[in-house]
Amino acid sequence: MSLENVWRDEWGRLLALLVAQTRRLDLAEDALADAFERAARTWPAAGMPENPPAWLLTAARRRVLDRLRAEAVAARKQPQLVAEVRTAATGPGGDDDLLRLVLLAAHPALSEEAGAALTLRLVLGVATADIARLFLVPEATMAARLTRARKKVVAAGVPLAIPDDSVLPERLETVARVAYLAFTAGYAPGSGVDVVRAELAGEAIRLVRIVRGTGPAAAATPALTALLALMLLQHARRDARVGADGRLVLLPQQDRTAWHGEEIAEGRSLLADLTGQRGVAVDSALAAEYLLQALIAAEHARAGIAADTDWVTIADYYRQLERLTGSPVVRLNRAVAVAEAGDVTNAITLLDGLDEQLPHSHRLPAVRAELLAREGRHTDAVRAYDVAIARCANEPERLQLIDRRRGLSAT
Amino acid sequence: MTTYLVLLAGAENEWSDADPADRARWHQEHLTFGRVVGDAILGGEALAGVDTATTLRRRTGTVQLTDGPFAETAEQIGGFYLIEATDLDQVVTWCALLPEIYSIEIRPCIQLEGPEA
Repeated sequence: MSLENVWRDEWGRLLALLVAQTRRLDLAEDALADAFERAARTWPAAGMPENPPAWLLTAARRRVLDRLRAEAVAARKQPQLVAEVRTAATGPGGDDDLLRLVLLAAHPALSEEAGAALTLRLVLGVATADIARLFLVPEATMAARLTRARKKVVAAGVPLAIPDDSVLPERLETVARVAYLAFTAGYAPGSGVDVVRAELAGEAIRLVRIVRGTGPAAAATPALTALLALMLLQHARRDARVGADGRLVLLPQQDRTAWHGEEIAEGRSLLADLTGQRGVAVDSALAAEYLLQALIAAEHARAGIAADTDWVTIADYYRQLERLTGSPVVRLNRAVAVAEAGDVTNAITLLDGLDEQLPHSHRLPAVRAELLAREGRHTDAVRAYDVAIARCANEPERLQLIDRRRGLSAT
Repeated sequence: MTTYLVLLAGAENEWSDADPADRARWHQEHLTFGRVVGDAILGGEALAGVDTATTLRRRTGTVQLTDGPFAETAEQIGGFYLIEATDLDQVVTWCALLPEIYSIEIRPCIQLEGPEA
């Protein structure tokens, strides 16, 4: 066991305990970070203590006391968190403590962006620099965002509490939204392919695992189960996304032997749990949305080679997803799936009316151009490529579009 | 315990232009809110329309009055409650009882530690 492992496994639990005891978010976080720093200094020489979490907790508590004494001298009153009285049933570092911390950080009174950052920081102990990198903002910006979020939580009176059963399911869905936002941030296009950011997206998976481990309420939240399946199935492809030249490799060209088989298997088994109990997943729109996306990812994972992909099934999942979300991007993906399933004419019809909703998208005219070309309508295809090329800001992609357009006008 | 100001904002004439049935329902919802929150309500009023508002600003030693609210927006504050609650979740639960016509802004009050008078 290394210090890094202790950090990964124990940070959230220890912080939950300290926050519950001190009711001071800032103080608890600083004290725990300080305890870990002290461990990094002393453990290599003195050896790892017998019970590392207990050592860290003692060190952090001592630090809290020092700080409180210093504050008493300064006679400054600091705002305290509102915390519910912890029941006797909750043992030290019990899962309820951790769930309270999760629900505080991923509170709907914060924006989802702020909630995602705060949750990664408080529950997983992810460094501010790494959170900044994940969300593609400078570290100072992220530090300021976190400070503002901590202040809001304390000042607005967000409680360190588990709400009753009428509200808890909704709040757990907010946790799912926040986790998914962190996950998608890791895969959002930045400057070039950033392998580290894809790895950071994996922290969202760890977060959902931890939340599901806090107890039956979270474990039985269909949105969290479907989300975990979805993220596992998508994240399993991470190593195949990057070519030897460092460029992004799209799904059809990916080396499928580089996909993480054990993660795919786990995602599938979670899906089997959900779809096995009919009706459980569909009583929540969010769960149904994650479930359909996960089923699509699972279909891709099932195909040994790209040509074996069952596009008819995928197109049907997209149809259901479109009905559920009304999203124009989903409709665009549906059109691609319908075309891959062999019905190009229908796919072109599906693109009708999307222009008003996606006026800046280069992908829409690019897909249209590709489909028109397949239909042999070369003049229309060239015109669509012109629109796509004019809108595309990503240089490699733009060159690819110009290439395709040239290939068409040559015939 | 924290004191919260609950600002009720909505379209200016929503209440006066509504069906009597809707108005009666909203009125009932305010009564329910009052019954549930009870003594935790420190105060609350419905306000006359923004056309009765006067905005005062002290600038460079003079008192300047302007006709109208301090911000011209589609939604205007039509009333408020001042309530005492343990935390934000409790305020949210209570405010969910109020009529759906409002955008409700919840603001914690702070205790100023000014110099003694």
